[in-house]
Amino acid sequence: MATPGRRACLQYLIHLAQDNLDFSPPCCFRERQYIYCQNISGAKDDIMTVVCFLSAFELWGHGRTHSELRTSLRNYPAEQMLPFLHKDSTYRINVYTFNKTLDFTERIKRIDAMDYLPFEGLVSLKSPQHVFCLLEDYGTDPNNIPEHPYYIYFGRWIADGQRELIRSHSVKNRHFIGNTSMDAGLSFIMANHAKVKEHDLVFDPFVGTGSLLVACSHFGAYVCGSDIDYNTIHGKGRSSRKDQKWRGPDENIRANLRQYGTEKLYVDVMVSDASKPVWRETALFDAIITDPPYGIRESTRRTGSHKETTKCSHVAVSQSYHLSEILADMLNFSAHRLVMGGRLVYWLPVYRPEYCEEMVPLHPCLLLISNCEQMLSSHTSRRLITMEKVKEPEGLDSLAHLSNPRFSAYQGHDTFREKYFSGLNKRLNKESKSDVKGDSIIPGSDNDRWQAPKENKHEPIH
Amino acid sequence: MKLLTHNMLTSHVKGVTNGYPLLIKATEVKVNEVDFNAQFVSRMIPKLEWSALLQAADELGQRQDLPSELVADFENNEEFLKKVHRVLLEVEVMEGCLQCPESGRQFPISKGIPNMLLNEEEL
Repeated sequence: MATPGRRACLQYLIHLAQDNLDFSPPCCFRERQYIYCQNISGAKDDIMTVVCFLSAFELWGHGRTHSELRTSLRNYPAEQMLPFLHKDSTYRINVYTFNKTLDFTERIKRIDAMDYLPFEGLVSLKSPQHVFCLLEDYGTDPNNIPEHPYYIYFGRWIADGQRELIRSHSVKNRHFIGNTSMDAGLSFIMANHAKVKEHDLVFDPFVGTGSLLVACSHFGAYVCGSDIDYNTIHGKGRSSRKDQKWRGPDENIRANLRQYGTEKLYVDVMVSDASKPVWRETALFDAIITDPPYGIRESTRRTGSHKETTKCSHVAVSQSYHLSEILADMLNFSAHRLVMGGRLVYWLPVYRPEYCEEMVPLHPCLLLISNCEQMLSSHTSRRLITMEKVKEPEGLDSLAHLSNPRFSAYQGHDTFREKYFSGLNKRLNKESKSDVKGDSIIPGSDNDRWQAPKENKHEPIH
Repeated sequence: MKLLTHNMLTSHVKGVTNGYPLLIKATEVKVNEVDFNAQFVSRMIPKLEWSALLQAADELGQRQDLPSELVADFENNEEFLKKVHRVLLEVEVMEGCLQCPESGRQFPISKGIPNMLLNEEEL
């Protein structure tokens, strides 16, 4: 393992909740669910807002065995250690093991073995001033637990992440939800990726029921959003809850923010078409964070039509909106309306057998920062794409997508949707041998608000 | 609709070359108290079209004593920031419409939510 070399500056160890996450702050070294960082500015404040971090430690020593750990700890500068060990302080040592349970006496043995460190303070189990942690990593395979840990870390605990938010902001208890409300954990992760912070202005062009705005406002950002669906924005129509037929009078995005005490950060939502330039052309937003519609569980629509308008006068009929156009519009919009250094964070649907990294759309003004996968089924997934504005658009930048082969994968009507359901069609045919045809699943009409068959309901893509 | 949002919106009716600022025809206006955040208001001021903000505040009769010129050193002028805060975030158009200054097209505002959708012949 390529451990970072010894440095005079402090090192930090961050323990992630999942080892399959690609999420990590820049300039670090990564080993499974552990990441090393140097110079996290305002480390504690940063970590307190990050949802996929379990805990962060100031790393004092590490090694493959306890004797390596001991050598490593002995090399740790005493002047950085002593302020936390002096005789007027109180402390405790926690032992964390991953993929293995140690019994009480084993833990005590581990703690006693640390006596080579110059602990002079008093032990306080209930309210220590300093908490030190010994972390032992026994890998990730529960069927193959080694006798000795693969790796051992020792450090001073700094902060825990924000796992609790996932429970406290669960969509289950949210006032206003829709069929495709983004799960609380992922919403917070998206807000983290967008580096959403206090006094920011954040925009979601496909706002739906505002789950992403709830997460962003938690971090102190002012939020606004738009959606083409009049009923969703106004909180009208059928409820998405199983025991409730129609939405109540106060089911809307503003009420969701009120529920979490962030209504003061609500700017506005409006009914608008993400493909149309309703925003003045200037750098307005610190972050654009969104989950565009992919036509799987909510249809993709924009205004303009080949059908007669039959609804009330101001509700325009919508027509289909190809994924390649959604992406091109969204990237162009972001290039123009983001402040320099502002971030775009969105989900890109992927048909896994054909996916390659070259399929992620690029823009001359936006730098791809990260690209993480969430698996949905054996053949589909969605990828969380984070881009940062690095240059003001000029000249032909907004037409760059026309010649960009990256967008071609998403061209053609509903190709992603067809592929998405291709596996499903086969399964249905095999299981029921009934008259389920591809045609009945892929809808012919552009305007139908259309939902996936029941079998697929648990999959969060839309 | 808050005036912060209004300040950022423009008409996108086909053929319109100068669709900014949208005129406000309000039938119901509310003033909701919102916590004052000096830092946020300071961050927004450079992004504003000041004259459009004044015009909007005038149209709604909410101008009060908001100065016609942006004051220098506004970051440190709490009294001024509070006036801007009130106009930007507390004054809300609940019912009425926004009108394109060039084409006259009206965008309805209902329950505080503007509807910026156009019909197909206007695109």
